[in-house]
Amino acid sequence: MSGDLLVVRDLVKHFPVRGGVFGRAVASVRAVDGVSFSIPRGATLSLVGESGSGKTTTGRLVLRLVEPTSGEVSFDGTDVLRADRGTLRALRKRMQIIFQDPYASLNPRMTVGGMLGEILRVHRLARGAAVAARVAELLDLVGLPGAAADRYPHEFSGGQRQRVGIARALAVEPEFIIADEPVSALDVSIQAQILNLLKDLQERLGLTYLFISHDLAVVRHISTHVAVMYLGRIVETAPAADLFAAPVHPYTKALLAAAPVPDPAARRDRLVLAGDVPSPINPPSGCPFHPRCPDVRPECPRTAQRLADTGSGHFAACAVHAPERH
Amino acid sequence: MTQPSTNASSDSALSVRGLRTVFHTDAGTAVAVDGVSFDLAAGETLALVGESGCGKSVTALSILRLIPSPPGEITDGEVLFDGRALLGLPEREMRRVRGNDISMIFQEPMTSMNPVFRVGAQIASVIRLHRGLDRAAAWTEAVRALERVNIPEAARRAQDYPHQLSGGMLQRVMIALALACGPRVLIADEPTTALDVTIQAQILSLLREVRRDTGMAVLLITHDLGVVAETADAVAVMYAGRIVERAPVAELFANPAHPYTRELFQSLPVLNAGAARLHAIRGSVPPATAYPAGCRFHPRCSRALPVCALREPPVAEVGPGHTAACWLHCPEAAAEPPAAEGGKGA
Repeated sequence: MSGDLLVVRDLVKHFPVRGGVFGRAVASVRAVDGVSFSIPRGATLSLVGESGSGKTTTGRLVLRLVEPTSGEVSFDGTDVLRADRGTLRALRKRMQIIFQDPYASLNPRMTVGGMLGEILRVHRLARGAAVAARVAELLDLVGLPGAAADRYPHEFSGGQRQRVGIARALAVEPEFIIADEPVSALDVSIQAQILNLLKDLQERLGLTYLFISHDLAVVRHISTHVAVMYLGRIVETAPAADLFAAPVHPYTKALLAAAPVPDPAARRDRLVLAGDVPSPINPPSGCPFHPRCPDVRPECPRTAQRLADTGSGHFAACAVHAPERH
Repeated sequence: MTQPSTNASSDSALSVRGLRTVFHTDAGTAVAVDGVSFDLAAGETLALVGESGCGKSVTALSILRLIPSPPGEITDGEVLFDGRALLGLPEREMRRVRGNDISMIFQEPMTSMNPVFRVGAQIASVIRLHRGLDRAAAWTEAVRALERVNIPEAARRAQDYPHQLSGGMLQRVMIALALACGPRVLIADEPTTALDVTIQAQILSLLREVRRDTGMAVLLITHDLGVVAETADAVAVMYAGRIVERAPVAELFANPAHPYTRELFQSLPVLNAGAARLHAIRGSVPPATAYPAGCRFHPRCSRALPVCALREPPVAEVGPGHTAACWLHCPEAAAEPPAAEGGKGA
């Protein structure tokens, strides 16, 4: 076995669209349409893409918070999708998730200490006086004062709430954390605090991250590997430094060009992608990006490209870079 | 080509003087905007930038007198447009200013449109109201307004309801609506924050195009320094209800003078890609009900002097058209006894 903690193969999720009097499935949203990736132990893979690209659904599928239509997910050699209840429960202790809006994901009627204590008791990680001690330890780990244990979620600022969300994920001592847009709702100065915290925790606890974000600057800062998603598929994946230094797929290039740079001297006539992201109910034929692609070729509407190696672990699904064997 | 905005105060389209807006809440009086003054020159884009709760949106809403009252109240200051003092106008006249002279677009186009009317009809009704055209002429104008913001098949799209359009398309409709009566000032409150990055690029380039064609002034409210760098001529940085720094855009990014601005830049991942750790400004923004004494940034500032906790910093000129409200830029502060710097840090 390799050093990969998580291996995902050909993951697919089609949501039925119901209509008519009898609510029959009249179409399906191809939210995730054949996604494969693996994450080495201790690494951070970022799934990056715009709304509707399927990045959040992919995260949910990995944890089986949403049941996939097909595909394989293997966590440390265990088949997640075929795991029975007991195995899944044990797996979920090792795999945790942090959400974008910590306020919506915290119980407003429970103190932070009560909430963390409940997790510890349910999972039999601590009992009696040890609970309070472990709660204090968790709060300290995420940079919150011990007094935070007696307070309710609404008494915290956005950044502090996200720290609580992180403490909750860490309570069960996981190895793997899915962070779904964890800093998108935060101001830049607070965003930096949380990004630093996530990096520190990774170093101290040896965590592996699947980081989901639309923000390329954040992704660049936190990731070791990046996968760019468009309409339910990964169109390019590479080690982070490679991807940002030499993007290959026209969509990745457009995404990088579109992000505003905080430097007035860099103001330029840049590549502005025309049109909207098409609907995942009826995605374009062939390469899903071809209607917006500046480098479109005659074969693009007909043939969907698979990810092909363009050198040193850098993969792209694009006709321009396809190997010349067909 | 961007127009230089050196003479900001001479022919200003909009002047705000000492604006103070408060909200009466259970937790006490929240001073959301506290003595904000600026001039917006004709044709200029001024970005009002800051983090959530700094008062930038309340400033914008106060200019148009859209503050819900109660609990909100504009307690002091003046807004001058075309020599007229807007805060004293009767509501009927104010209604004529909104849309006609000063228009506004919002972050959430979906919640700012009426869901049960066709988008064309919503634009047409504004045109009829403000320009007195008949139904047919107003509809033709509405379609033309949609064409101006590059909506493909504008005549057909005018028949759509808001839910039939994507977020980017709706924001174009909002811009068409705001521009329908040829305003001299456009207030854009986080116009691209809810949009994907490729759509954001389209809307920003549309705003630049529209400004170039019409010569209107834009007050851009944003938290995104990337958007500021790409669109603004001048920038005012807000913190805790006050403008702490103001400068032409190139000058601000090259020589940020206020510690808050500097630390904000240092915390941006995009500018510090190689850094293992980002600079995080310690603590968090104080609540508007309980600002600290002296400089409101001093408890979080890494360069605070003893005087900062005691007295409000005066506004100092630090360069051409560049001002900062900070004791570090006041020579007399240096004459004070040396700071007990080790006390706060670590």
